[in-house]
Amino acid sequence: MSTVATATDIRPFQIEVDEEQIDDLRRRIATTRWPANELVEDASQGVQLALLQELARYWAEDYDFGRLEARLNAVPQFMTEIDGLDIHFIHVRSEQANALPVIITHGWPGSVIEMLDVIEPLTDPTAYGGDSTDAFDVVIPSIPGYGFSSEPTEVGWDNGRVGQAWAELMRRLGYTRYVAQGGDQGAGVTDGMGRQAPDGLIGVHFNFLGAAPRELLMAALNIRLAWSSDDREQLSKFIGVAKRGYIAEMGEHPQTIGYPLLDSPIGLAAWMLDHDADSYEKISRAFLEGQPSGGLTRDNILDNITLYWVTGTGASTSRLYWEYGRSATAAFKNPPPHVSLPVAYTVFPNELFQAPRHWVKHAYHNLIYYNEAEKGGHFAAWEEPEIFTKELRAAFRPLREGRTS
Amino acid sequence: MSTVETATEIRTFQVEIAGAQIDDVRRRIATTRWPSKELVDDRSQGVQLATMKALTDYWESDYDFGRVAARLNALPQFMTEIDGVDIHFIHVRSQHENALPLIMTHGWPGSVIELLETVGPLTDPTAHGGQAEDAFHLVLPSLPGYGFSGEPTELGWNVGRVAQAWAELMNRLGYTRYVAQGGDVGAAVTDTMGRQAPEGLLGIHTNLLVTVLAGPPPAESEEERAAAGQLAAFRETGFGYFLEMATRPQTIGYGLLDSPVALAGWMLDHDTDSYYKIAGAFVDGRPTGNLTRDNILDNITLYWLTGTGASAARSYWEDALARAQIVASGKAPPAVSVPVGFTTFPGEIWRTPRSWAEKSYPTLSYFNEVDRGGHFAAWEEPELFTTEVRAAFESLR
Repeated sequence: MSTVATATDIRPFQIEVDEEQIDDLRRRIATTRWPANELVEDASQGVQLALLQELARYWAEDYDFGRLEARLNAVPQFMTEIDGLDIHFIHVRSEQANALPVIITHGWPGSVIEMLDVIEPLTDPTAYGGDSTDAFDVVIPSIPGYGFSSEPTEVGWDNGRVGQAWAELMRRLGYTRYVAQGGDQGAGVTDGMGRQAPDGLIGVHFNFLGAAPRELLMAALNIRLAWSSDDREQLSKFIGVAKRGYIAEMGEHPQTIGYPLLDSPIGLAAWMLDHDADSYEKISRAFLEGQPSGGLTRDNILDNITLYWVTGTGASTSRLYWEYGRSATAAFKNPPPHVSLPVAYTVFPNELFQAPRHWVKHAYHNLIYYNEAEKGGHFAAWEEPEIFTKELRAAFRPLREGRTS
Repeated sequence: MSTVETATEIRTFQVEIAGAQIDDVRRRIATTRWPSKELVDDRSQGVQLATMKALTDYWESDYDFGRVAARLNALPQFMTEIDGVDIHFIHVRSQHENALPLIMTHGWPGSVIELLETVGPLTDPTAHGGQAEDAFHLVLPSLPGYGFSGEPTELGWNVGRVAQAWAELMNRLGYTRYVAQGGDVGAAVTDTMGRQAPEGLLGIHTNLLVTVLAGPPPAESEEERAAAGQLAAFRETGFGYFLEMATRPQTIGYGLLDSPVALAGWMLDHDTDSYYKIAGAFVDGRPTGNLTRDNILDNITLYWLTGTGASAARSYWEDALARAQIVASGKAPPAVSVPVGFTTFPGEIWRTPRSWAEKSYPTLSYFNEVDRGGHFAAWEEPELFTTEVRAAFESLR
């Protein structure tokens, strides 16, 4: 049993990946037993064999396995125990005195790797086309069960509980006035924080509409809203998201899909690449045509997949979907409190769906900022770190001290 | 290009397994990288770690890898090319002269292994509590992409095309009067044969009511409401594998080809009833009927050795596309015009009430609900299953 003093300790952390693990991974990639080619010319049967074989070749032959350690250990990392779990996080303070603290949450199949390239622009704006008044102190935690955070050992770690842990983390870091940001599952966590409205949280920004399903559906279906062809198009995209096999499988039986994700690197890579059509095409071009889109380079993609492999978190990350299914069902019956804090929203044009302003406004009444970015998709921070950074600066500018909104 | 003569040839077939393949699968099992234990005490997060560990312990250390070849080669097996794909099938002729020819189709995650224990009772009834006039000549094909049948190399192999191939197979075997039977995917193939009504097909029997997958069945009586509830629960909590295979067979295929443990986990995660029966066989040493450890592993080993995880999954993709095309066409498929028999096994995913079977098949000529058995009825309860097949087709002889 830890004492209170040790339990709230914040320990510096460095990752170490053992050589044996890498040798084993390389051996597994080399001995992959491949299926036959898909019977179509596109991704309509899933991740294509040619892409995965090139990824496997690059991974085993050209990829530098030292990257993961080098990139993560180059930023200040910490561990602290919250609610019984070790939480891994990156914490970078700006040199600017009036920096606004922001906690940014990754999603699935992401990790803190997605966020590495926004750290400098956010913390050191003057070096990246911004003003010193745009500075942020940045906290980037790994969701429990993801990356180097520990795995929950009991049920109940849904987005809401993660949100509570994040509020405790910010409190523990001494932040009394901060904002939160997230896309994908990170949007769910950030939405949870918005509803809980912990002391100190002054606003949130999303790049994905992760609002409780009931509110989202009501927003989409509300007949009082103008029913444009764009609404219909977005609604059908939104419904398409819910019909995805990976979401159904991870939401229902995370343990079953966990077996391939832990035992087969190619099984893991395939599952992670099969997220959305836009990012798939971009990643495919990076591997097959050597034409990455923004930060979605071969090395960056493999840093993230390698992180999942070495931490062995395929099953534990999937369990978050199972938790989400349970909490979404509960929220549908008993809607949680509204978010009354200021909300900012950025639509990226290649996101799974482009939530129209009135959907967002319906889900979040206190919408202070809404913008359509010029480019970028689901992994916005990863793909377009500069645009993502500009959005965060603009979104949170009205909430900085000494300003009126 | 094959000539017509060679294309319709029926060649004898024997299974051969290379020793190196067995060594490789054993090595892979021994070096499995396991996830942590699920956070629940039941199946609600999927196939439990303790089940998988008991299965792999047995698979690696005690299971006789010679079983698949020995069991299959004990029966007359054949290959013939139909519509461009090599079709593997078992064909056992009864000693009884007036035996009724029967083509039976397995499902997913099954194979001809599911049906092996029914061969004796169906073809040799007098040795298995039946009468000479209960005898069947039995044809057990492997679906394209499954087991030792070839993998389709072009699109379009949905259940409709399989059903046509089966009619051609029976024709090629010289059967002019025959019946068809199936459960799971095999039920869909058999239902489709009934709708296509090829010459010679006298009637069908199924043990899964596939028609209800097309739209919600009535839920008025207590029995109907209970069955509708089971169907809804399946769609809400047990549908992930179905949706993944129907939309992304290639993606899940990588894990199924590369990791024996992944394959076994995916195959065990079918329905609640069979899962607990199989888990019971491995964890507690208490098999239900013929769902023994060895029988279960024969089937998983067959999928592994043939490397058919992706190609079998593609059959779901094909059928999803075919169903979407039927919906888009706005035309209902033709009704089944031949007599239909149906048996409800109580552990099936949904317990089909007679009223549903009647509504699905106006020509329903036989309906019965038996007292035991589940989704893998022929596998779990071969004798009881045989009794049902005999009774269902009795009036068609």
